[in-house]
Amino acid sequence: MSIPSDLLYTKEHEWVREEGDVATCGISEHAQEALGDIVFVELPEVGAAVEAGKPFAVVESVKAVSDVYAPVSGEVIETNSQLESSPELVNTDCYGEGWIAKIRGSGGRTELLDAAAYATFLEE
Amino acid sequence: MHSALLHDEPLLFEYDTHPQEPIQLPGVGGDTVPDHLTPFLRQNPANLPQLSEPETVRHFVRLSQWNHHIESGFYPLGSCTMKYNPRVNEQLARLPGFADIHPDQPEETVQGMLALLFELQQWLGAISGLPHVTLQPAAGAHGELTGMMMIHAYHAALGDHRRTKVLIPDSAHGTNPASAALCGFTPVEIPSAANGRIDLNTLRANLNDEVAALMLTNPNTTGMFESDIAEITALVHEAGALVYGDGANLNAMVGVARPGDMGIDCLHINVHKTFATPHGGGGPGAGPVAVGAALAPFLPAPHIRKEGARYQLYHSEQSIGPVLGSIGHSGVLLRAAAYIAAFGRDHLHKIAHDAVLGANYIRVRLQETYHLPFPGICKHECLLTDAIQNRHGIKTLDIAKALIDRGFHPMTIYFPLIVHGAMLIEPTETESKTTLDAFCDAMLAIAEQAEQGDGDAMQTAPHHAPTRRLDETLAARKPTLNWPPTS
Repeated sequence: MSIPSDLLYTKEHEWVREEGDVATCGISEHAQEALGDIVFVELPEVGAAVEAGKPFAVVESVKAVSDVYAPVSGEVIETNSQLESSPELVNTDCYGEGWIAKIRGSGGRTELLDAAAYATFLEE
Repeated sequence: MHSALLHDEPLLFEYDTHPQEPIQLPGVGGDTVPDHLTPFLRQNPANLPQLSEPETVRHFVRLSQWNHHIESGFYPLGSCTMKYNPRVNEQLARLPGFADIHPDQPEETVQGMLALLFELQQWLGAISGLPHVTLQPAAGAHGELTGMMMIHAYHAALGDHRRTKVLIPDSAHGTNPASAALCGFTPVEIPSAANGRIDLNTLRANLNDEVAALMLTNPNTTGMFESDIAEITALVHEAGALVYGDGANLNAMVGVARPGDMGIDCLHINVHKTFATPHGGGGPGAGPVAVGAALAPFLPAPHIRKEGARYQLYHSEQSIGPVLGSIGHSGVLLRAAAYIAAFGRDHLHKIAHDAVLGANYIRVRLQETYHLPFPGICKHECLLTDAIQNRHGIKTLDIAKALIDRGFHPMTIYFPLIVHGAMLIEPTETESKTTLDAFCDAMLAIAEQAEQGDGDAMQTAPHHAPTRRLDETLAARKPTLNWPPTS
């Protein structure tokens, strides 16, 4: 199970990479594996205000439809439009080409775990 | 093409379209069409398949043989209560006094039907412990919406407009948040405890004066009874909110325990589940809603009441209005009344007893071989996972497909969402021990096959069905919606 050490994670299985005030986020390896083949990603609108801990995107797999929760509060400044035609990128490269959105943070964030803490959380 | 008399049947439009003695209808031609309709006459013949009567009949009969249904085999689809629909109920529904009437007929000419539906209201009130019943909603989710509309009207009547949130456990049926949202509420998901039940502390932390209701299913979708139900409903009431009960799992307690006694304020009843009316393929269903005194004034109109010896339809002042164009799906409702009457008050509990016994029989026979996520006695359905078979690369989907080859409809898979690789098995009271044993034997044989390293064959199952394993992912990612496909 891949859990890159340079990312932070939520207990809802999103990952986030913070660079300055911009947070890039997606869903973790564990999440994509549990969901199975992703067939559709509903992206947020660019410019939308999101609140940490609240749903801001939706991933649909052959098994289930699941909310993706915003790790930080702020404004969506970019979304990964490649996912509209190639949702499978979330399965094949969840930490890279399968990223979902970039949020310009306004300060608020949910509880974020480092890689070691997330690994422990998964074991529990 | 056929194997063992099971035919590979093409689509109607894939047959040769050259005329093969189709039926000739007499007296249909341009000269019989009135003048004012002639502008609408077709200029070219319709592109209809040209088949003879026996070919047409065989086409549809063959297609029907591809169906699996409760009259052809075991159908243990968890959370769906696929029980046998007694034939006698079909006969009753065809009696002219029931079948040949119209919703707009004057009341005094349909007293028999109204009397039966009034009795059904009374019976459902007695069964649920919630005495005020509407029969109107068209099915379960429509019942949920009707219930939430009444809860909305209740708070509005109290002048309490702050209550915009509805709490829903993460194990709930997907229709619950959808119904709440459709009614203008904001659904708030509350995580289940490790034992799959509602956690009282989590519930407490989420209750406040913005909460309109808690929607819960009892037993919940893991098949377990919410043992804290009395505390749960008391906490919700203390916070000024109401409790909506999803009656999808009523089969676990019908005739034994009453949701009204547990503090539930409003409950929909899926008669196509609990009371054996035809089910699947999109209906028709019926989803009566039973409520306590607090919500009674808001019941949909019209409602059936008895004045002296006459039955009449009436509209109460605070009613949320009609939710269907008639009194309800009366043909379905009368089948439900027949099922209830066949057991009678003194024997209705046998439904729940046998349903729970069947589920636990399956649990005990399979729990050493398949992972049981929540140990202990279950209610009317038994929840297993693929955790043990995962070691051999075998997943829930493979087990479900392997069951098809062994002649069984698969159980519900990957639901509830909170359990990884879930397999939810609901036998219902109408199955014999022989059937349950045959199903368990098949499940044990499948586990043995996985253990023996026969993974490749399992991952490509089914092998004996009319179609092999379909690529569900490709179908969802790149759906083909036209036939023949346009390139």
